Amino acid sequence: MINTIISNVVRFFVLVAVQVIILNNVELNGFINPFMYVLFIMLLPFETPGWMLLVFSLLMGLMVDLFSNTLGMHAGASVFIAYVRPWIIKIISPRDGYESESRPTIVNMGFRWFLIYSILMVFFHHFVLFFLEAFRFQEFFETLFRVILSSILTIVLILISQYLFTKNKLQK
Amino acid sequence: MRNIFLLIYRFHFLIFFLLLEVFCMFLLVQNNNYQHAGFMNSSNGFVGRIYSVTGSLKDYINLKATNKSLIEENAWLHRMMSDTSMMNKTERLNVKDSVYRQQYDYIAAHVINNSTNRRSNYLTLNKGRADGVKPDMGVISSTGAVGKVKYVSEHFCVVMSLLHKDMKVSSRIKKNKYFGSLVWEGGSAKKALLNDIAVHVPIAKGDTVVTSSYSPIFPEGVNLGTISHFELKPGQNFYNISLNLTTEFGNLTYVYIINNLMKEEQLKLEDKIPAHD
Repeated sequence: MINTIISNVVRFFVLVAVQVIILNNVELNGFINPFMYVLFIMLLPFETPGWMLLVFSLLMGLMVDLFSNTLGMHAGASVFIAYVRPWIIKIISPRDGYESESRPTIVNMGFRWFLIYSILMVFFHHFVLFFLEAFRFQEFFETLFRVILSSILTIVLILISQYLFTKNKLQK
Repeated sequence: MRNIFLLIYRFHFLIFFLLLEVFCMFLLVQNNNYQHAGFMNSSNGFVGRIYSVTGSLKDYINLKATNKSLIEENAWLHRMMSDTSMMNKTERLNVKDSVYRQQYDYIAAHVINNSTNRRSNYLTLNKGRADGVKPDMGVISSTGAVGKVKYVSEHFCVVMSLLHKDMKVSSRIKKNKYFGSLVWEGGSAKKALLNDIAVHVPIAKGDTVVTSSYSPIFPEGVNLGTISHFELKPGQNFYNISLNLTTEFGNLTYVYIINNLMKEEQLKLEDKIPAHD
């Protein structure tokens, strides 16, 4: 229990730092931005109560917002995926449900499950985020194109980080 | 009360989510210029559209009152025009500021009944004795002459239209002032005949015919019609001229009743001519 809290708090700060210091400066082609901090919301334990999900996501979003001068944008997108997370988890649940003590990680749930999970979460997050940024539907398809490209980049980064992270754990 | 708490408890996740999301939107719109401008633009556009719709509705509802005020203003302007006044030569020498004396007064009236399809057509107007209307006053519209007042009640009057078998209007050709008389011989409400124009008078298609100064009913120069067609039958001294009437009798709504302030004087003087002369 204590371990879970500590690891999540550490993950929170590490991801904010990575996002703010490194990834915010990555702009491929001028409009593809990865937003890896979504991983924090994805990796919260299955049993996390709904209100806690929302609060942590809000805090995460606000942190990123404060550093990137976009108050409310990341927070809104983060709160949104915190809200849809229980449904996504329910929809993609394995045939015999989730085992107790399991975590939404690549080691616990397997590559296939984790890939679908991250595609859904990242896509919803980026969709809300980029449309909040554009704040209009006139350029719908251009914005959608940005959403898809940035989602792919974020998902790749998340998968890589998962493999790095698990290796560390296995070594322990 | 308990049910409300149960309901809130049941949907606390959704409610909490909505609250936080509204909070985020608030932050977004308050703190970021781009979204702030976008929000203001779209809300202003929306509000503006609603205002323009309600405004046009309001305009439409007020049309009647607007029309009424316009027609009253028109009557007032007509009264101001020098055409309605005649030169007052006797006073001119000693009183400097009354060169013109008003001869015609205009009373705005609304047509409440009208016909064009009989041999003798009448209009009913919503002004009567109480408004100063008397028999034999002329009636014109903004496009031309309409007729003369025949019967008057307290608040209404009946107007003998130009489209009447007994109606005869003293008229003249505008460009050369030769005078004739206009009559209506039935048929189309847009056509009339002009009699008594002698063969030596040069006329052409399209010439304008107006009221003459000989009529005590109409002021001089009110439009009657334009010459549409004329012919000369062998052995006759007068043209057969047909006119297109300028007044649209089919859709008359507002007209002016003309009060010739000096008609009494003129008629009284003319009465002195012995009948057998």
